[in-house]
Amino acid sequence: MPKKVNLNRVPIPKQEPAARKKNFSEVALGYGEEEAIEEASRCLQCPKPTCKDGCPVNVDIPEFIEAVRDRNMVEAVRILKGKNSLPGICGRVCPQETQCEERCALAKKGAPVAIGRLERYVADWERAHPELAAKQEVDYVAGGRKVAVVGSGPAGLTCAADLVKMGHEVTIFEALHVAGGVLMYGIPEFRLPKQIVQGEVDYVKSLGVEIKLDHVIGKIATADELLESGYDAVFLAPGAGAPMFLSIPGENLNNVYSANEFLTRTNLMKAYLFPRWDTPVKRGRRVAVFGGGNVAMDASRCALRLGAEEVYVIYRRSKVEMPARLEERENAEEEGVIFRLLTNPKSFMGDEQGRVRAVECYEMELGEPDDSGRRRPIRKPGTEHSIEIDTAIVALGTRPNPIIPSTTEGLELTRWGTIRADEATGRTSRDRIWCGGDMATGAATVISAMGAGKRAAADIDAYLREKR
Amino acid sequence: MYRVLAREDLTPEIHLFRVEAPGVARKAQAGQFVIVRSDEKGERIPLTIADWDEKEGSVTVVFMEVGATTRKLSCVNAGEAILDFVGPLGRPTEIEKFGTVACVAGGFAIATIVPIARAMREAGNRVVSIMGFRTRDLVFWEDRLGSVSDELIVSTDDGSYKRKGLVTEPLKELLQNTRIDRVIAIGPTVMMKFCSLTTKPFHVKTIVSLNPIMVDGTGMCGCCRVSVGEETKFACVDGPDFDGHEVDWDLLMSRQRAYLEEEKEASAFWEAACSGAKNHA
Ligand SMILES: Cc1cc2nc3c(=O)[nH]c(=O)nc-3n(C[C@H](O)[C@H](O)[C@H](O)COP(=O)(O)OP(=O)(O)OC[C@H]3O[C@@H](n4cnc5c(N)ncnc54)[C@H](O)[C@@H]3O)c2cc1C
Ligand SMILES: Cc1cc2nc3c(=O)[nH]c(=O)nc-3n(C[C@H](O)[C@H](O)[C@H](O)COP(=O)(O)OP(=O)(O)OC[C@H]3O[C@@H](n4cnc5c(N)ncnc54)[C@H](O)[C@@H]3O)c2cc1C
Ligand code: SF4
Ligand code: SF4
Ligand code: FES
Repeated sequence: MPKKVNLNRVPIPKQEPAARKKNFSEVALGYGEEEAIEEASRCLQCPKPTCKDGCPVNVDIPEFIEAVRDRNMVEAVRILKGKNSLPGICGRVCPQETQCEERCALAKKGAPVAIGRLERYVADWERAHPELAAKQEVDYVAGGRKVAVVGSGPAGLTCAADLVKMGHEVTIFEALHVAGGVLMYGIPEFRLPKQIVQGEVDYVKSLGVEIKLDHVIGKIATADELLESGYDAVFLAPGAGAPMFLSIPGENLNNVYSANEFLTRTNLMKAYLFPRWDTPVKRGRRVAVFGGGNVAMDASRCALRLGAEEVYVIYRRSKVEMPARLEERENAEEEGVIFRLLTNPKSFMGDEQGRVRAVECYEMELGEPDDSGRRRPIRKPGTEHSIEIDTAIVALGTRPNPIIPSTTEGLELTRWGTIRADEATGRTSRDRIWCGGDMATGAATVISAMGAGKRAAADIDAYLREKR
Repeated sequence: MYRVLAREDLTPEIHLFRVEAPGVARKAQAGQFVIVRSDEKGERIPLTIADWDEKEGSVTVVFMEVGATTRKLSCVNAGEAILDFVGPLGRPTEIEKFGTVACVAGGFAIATIVPIARAMREAGNRVVSIMGFRTRDLVFWEDRLGSVSDELIVSTDDGSYKRKGLVTEPLKELLQNTRIDRVIAIGPTVMMKFCSLTTKPFHVKTIVSLNPIMVDGTGMCGCCRVSVGEETKFACVDGPDFDGHEVDWDLLMSRQRAYLEEEKEASAFWEAACSGAKNHA
């Protein structure tokens, strides 16, 4: 007799909105063991699990969930890590609702298995039980080659970990003073504790990967110089870190930030601990954030936590078109972020001291769908109005940074300035140079960057073996 | 960690560090800068590369104490280390045979103009340098800049040493009396602004090295944006050298003051912590 389907997802405990908007501690608290087992028991263990197709790295979802259900956490860790070397991160930040969980057999009934939360539970369990966790077998093959990885975001870390496990000698070159990429400087502590990222970085180091911080490739050495100095292959994973601005009058006023700057000051430089930490950030009282993606949600929620009284998210389309994850949008709303939808900025106004004091906006309405399939926003005449603010954060997205493309000859680019790389292998137009992650795709997701790192590692390994 | 191989106090508030950084030394060019972070909780601040020695694997920076970070740095002794030292960043100064080049520098920037004057001379230019100080006690490296220049003019604001007045006066005379093909002006923002205003009527291209507030120094944050010829540029990747006649100086000066209140708070906090530590010792 088929088991009765349980449509009640076990809720994840969270900090109350009133409390959490005043601190930088993690919002979602994670399942306890009984909650995890209860949720795991909801999985139907489908013979043809569609959930797996939704995951860019094909995690063996039913298998690890079964192990959780049977309280065999060591086994769950082993299965999970077979496909995903950063489960503690993916469990927290993957857009599950459009990936694995969207394809879950129970999704049609409105209650997919909480795969992400279970993944997070397993990863956190491993961190809490280092002595019990499955030993990672590293099958070192003697006579490996030397590979340089540029950038220590999810793409770089994953590629480096895989290559070192295949027996190669790997060095990561990272421009900043810490490893982790956007996971460290962009995504805030309350969504992804830095200790977890650090744990993953330490794990990659423990495998034998060397990480050289403070190394900007294209400046201290070019990709070609790395190849000349003895590296057999180079994997480029520098992300897409250059901020875009609105290009409207007044944008260079003081207290107008790119989201990158605001988040870097806050998260990486720990400005919320100023003056104990040296880097300041403006603690605005009335803050406007422009954009509708995850980055805008992160920036607005950081601004609240820094003490803002009112935070507006100003977005030119409607709620349905917002690219931010539903969960993050709801979190922001619960915490009191005010959404000004169908609104677009026209100019910033400043005070005598050159600080932003207001933003002039106009209203929009939605017309026909554009190339992206979303309805195109059109300006409504005569709707100009101004909003008083003392801080503005522009979260429009990012472009690839030109430092590497402009210093590497023969590297073919796309018209978006990304490096052209084969999707299946990461190969670029240049011999011995691979590329993956946001630099190849434009701003995407953690898990897709990891997937690209994995595929490139496999191809680099195959190439180096053939050459041997 | 980057070891300070040698330290020199050029004036009570201007210090020179020769830092062990072989990778940076290998690629450094005149006009580029490094980003420095003194310790775990430290801010990332840019400092111009004042010299480098590829053989020794060292890079020299010269900095003036103005706030918390530069004071913290001033407490680092030879043999001790700085946590982060990233570079070489920014575009190098354009070096070519222009003819006669005037190199004008004020304050700590004397040190940073030396490699530029040297490179200009090696490229076959006649180099006339002008160095300005507030007063006699603050004069340093007269011989060093002199040794890479064909002619050297020294001025002090109060007239306590050599010529009295601001650097813009000898610069103007020079422009009136000689054919100058290019001017390089480095120093405090006001000085660079007035040098640019001085050369403008003479239509002599004037390169300045802008010093907006920075965070990463690699084009990732946009904090360093400046307006040049009505266009927004990122000083860390598009500069720091720009055409002084095109720079929006008021905007630059306004943006440099963005954190005035926080800088005071940081200095006060740091003074308190520092005197606490001293009492403890
Ligand atoms: C605020 C924010 C929130 C996000 N939230 C989510 C989310 O919830 N879920 C999700 O899946 N995705 C999210 N993303 C997107 C996700 O973080 C990225 O898609 C992912 O990090 C890309 O990985 P990457 O390895 O390609 O590059 P990055 O993570 O960008 O890492 C690149 C690294 O390379 C370094 N580097 C750059 N240039 C050089 C150079 N010349 N030399 C040496 N090193 C260099 C950089 O300093 C950086 O450390 C978010 C992004 C941002 C900005
Ligand atoms: C490309 C470049 C090259 C520079 N080269 C030199 C040099 O060779 N020697 C030298 O003495 N100084 C140099 N500066 C200026 C130096 O970076 C600042 O003096 C230093 O950051 C001050 O930090 P603070 O904490 O001691 O002072 P604060 O009290 O924090 O600030 C004092 C003033 O310094 C500026 N400043 C503060 N933080 C930064 C920052 N992160 N980036 C840039 N400016 C900042 C601000 O205008 C501020 O008003 C350079 C700046 C740039 C952009
Ligand atoms: S890695 Fe992401 S997409 Fe894949 S199973 Fe885990 S949460 Fe789902
Ligand atoms: S589709 Fe859903 S129910 Fe089926 S195996 Fe995957 S997670 Fe379990
Ligand atoms: S300092 Fe961040 S972009 Fe220039």
